[in-house]
Amino acid sequence: MAGNVTTPLVRSPGKVASLEDYFSVVGPTEVEEIRALAGRLAGRSVKMVNSTSVGGGVAEILNRTVPLLCDVGLSCEWSVITGGNDFFEVTKAFHNALHGAPYDPPPKAFELFLSYSEQNLQHQSFGADFVVIHDPQPVALIKARRSHPSHWIWRCHIDVSNPNPLVWNFLAQFVSRYDAVLISSPNFTRPLPIPQYLIFPCIDPLSQKNQELEADFIRKTLERFSIDPKRPILTQVSRFDRLKDPVGVIQAYKLVRNYKDCQLILAGGGASDDPEGGQVLAEAREAAGGDPDIHILDLPPWSALEINALQRASTIIIQKSLREGFGLTVTEALWKKKPVVASAVGGIPLQVIHKLTGVLAHSVEGTAYQIRFLLSNPSIAARLGENGHEHVRENFLITGNLKRYLLLFLILQNNAQRARNSAD
Amino acid sequence: MRFAKDPFQFMAASTLIRITVRRVDTLTDLLEGMKKCTDASIFNHTFQSLEQHHFLTERFSNDFAQWALAACNEPRLAEQLASLDIRQYADLATLRADLINTMETYLHEVPDAARRKGFEPFHFCEAITVAVPTAWQAKTLAEFCEGLRHVSVHTVHYHLVAARLREPLAVNDFSFWFEESLGLKGLADRIDQIDIYTNTLEGMRQHILEEAAPWLET
Repeated sequence: MAGNVTTPLVRSPGKVASLEDYFSVVGPTEVEEIRALAGRLAGRSVKMVNSTSVGGGVAEILNRTVPLLCDVGLSCEWSVITGGNDFFEVTKAFHNALHGAPYDPPPKAFELFLSYSEQNLQHQSFGADFVVIHDPQPVALIKARRSHPSHWIWRCHIDVSNPNPLVWNFLAQFVSRYDAVLISSPNFTRPLPIPQYLIFPCIDPLSQKNQELEADFIRKTLERFSIDPKRPILTQVSRFDRLKDPVGVIQAYKLVRNYKDCQLILAGGGASDDPEGGQVLAEAREAAGGDPDIHILDLPPWSALEINALQRASTIIIQKSLREGFGLTVTEALWKKKPVVASAVGGIPLQVIHKLTGVLAHSVEGTAYQIRFLLSNPSIAARLGENGHEHVRENFLITGNLKRYLLLFLILQNNAQRARNSAD
Repeated sequence: MRFAKDPFQFMAASTLIRITVRRVDTLTDLLEGMKKCTDASIFNHTFQSLEQHHFLTERFSNDFAQWALAACNEPRLAEQLASLDIRQYADLATLRADLINTMETYLHEVPDAARRKGFEPFHFCEAITVAVPTAWQAKTLAEFCEGLRHVSVHTVHYHLVAARLREPLAVNDFSFWFEESLGLKGLADRIDQIDIYTNTLEGMRQHILEEAAPWLET
């Protein structure tokens, strides 16, 4: 039996973002164009709903997108569904099953999911012109759609291309009642009777993870971790997770060291509160075998500035994942004009266009070869970095995310208007 | 100084991609997809794709060609598909017919390529463009150049590339305005000859400004 729920309205902490803050990053023309689009939607209201206000990429994106939508003249609110541990255990199992993990859902799982959805429905109101529901947890809120002429949009941030059929079929009955689905990659599409649009995940160029840093802060960060700023630095930033293949990265580094002097940084977190993370960290340390040039850094979650500094200090960024969602650490590296050597998995090939915005590899040996190639050809590495930066500016920044939402709202509004006109 | 009969209005164009459920793994399936997909898909993978990676000129701008090369390792087919110059087309039906003809001829000559699975799938997508007026309007060539310096590269694509499918057909908006409103046919012809495949959109903007400079005194 589901417990009681309340539905808090999220307020963005700290300074409220203004589109003009991004002038220096995307230029005045982009800002003017976004405002021109938003002008067509002035006074319209938007409601965003997800399952957490802190932690995770979705909350991070909403934390910026919601104030920006308000700044350009829409009325936007963000609320979070709530539920007991039993609800989030079920939704976590659903999440893994949608990624293709084996799962035999007990019948009660679906009952529990619906029960919490009903309770959340009683505490939410849905009078906004555009209702955007994020991910599977709140998907059943579509039941609130009745006579109000709102546009309902399901934003799916996860790869549902190969889901557990029982879980997907259960969720699809709700998904198919929306007006549109937003997905992060063409590879993530499902056969659905409603339109599916592409909206990439994004990074905020003004966040601590991505903002420009003083050279002195970068130097001190290297000093703090005993890293030599004068020798090439290879870095992978990732949770200590087997799917990120930290041991494979160390093997690739060792192959490179047969030819080139360099250091390796494996920077990440998640080892302290995740039993598997601790085990993977131990495996990485064992694979490092006491090499003083391998720096394995288990960083706390509040290390955004340090991660930023390590990325900026790096000669090459590696992302040797075995499986990946979109891979926003790759986006961060490209934004910092770094040459990237990455696996061709998940959303990475959308970002790393082989030999144009980075290089793709398919094995330990391939990763090592591409690193050697880039270390030997710094001008090519620099060109990849420049192209990668432009690619991110064009496609994967928070301003682009805002623009795509505005476009979607306009398209849905125009489609509805056309339907009304033809009915008259 | 010449004053235009009608002012030129620079438009801000933004595009959202709709992903269709048509996903293919082989060149045979790509051919079938080309026959059945919407005009919006043909537009997206030929005209719109020129904008998508506008800062890169090293890859084929035609998505079909790029997939034939990168996923199917068929460089000759890729070159043939890429050689279909969208400036030669005033409608998507003719472009679609030529794409299909190129594919059919190649797969007849190289039947082994037809059923070989690509390294990654190809997804047919559609481009939905929303255009709104910018603050930039021109009544003279000098005002036009000033506006062109300020608008985004997406505006350049909208007026120089995508315009060919809008009325009046087969001409870009800039050349049409130069000729019809300013009476500058020579400049119109020069702009229409700009190679949209080997230049970036930023490069095209600079090219237009350079071509226009000698005409500013007329």
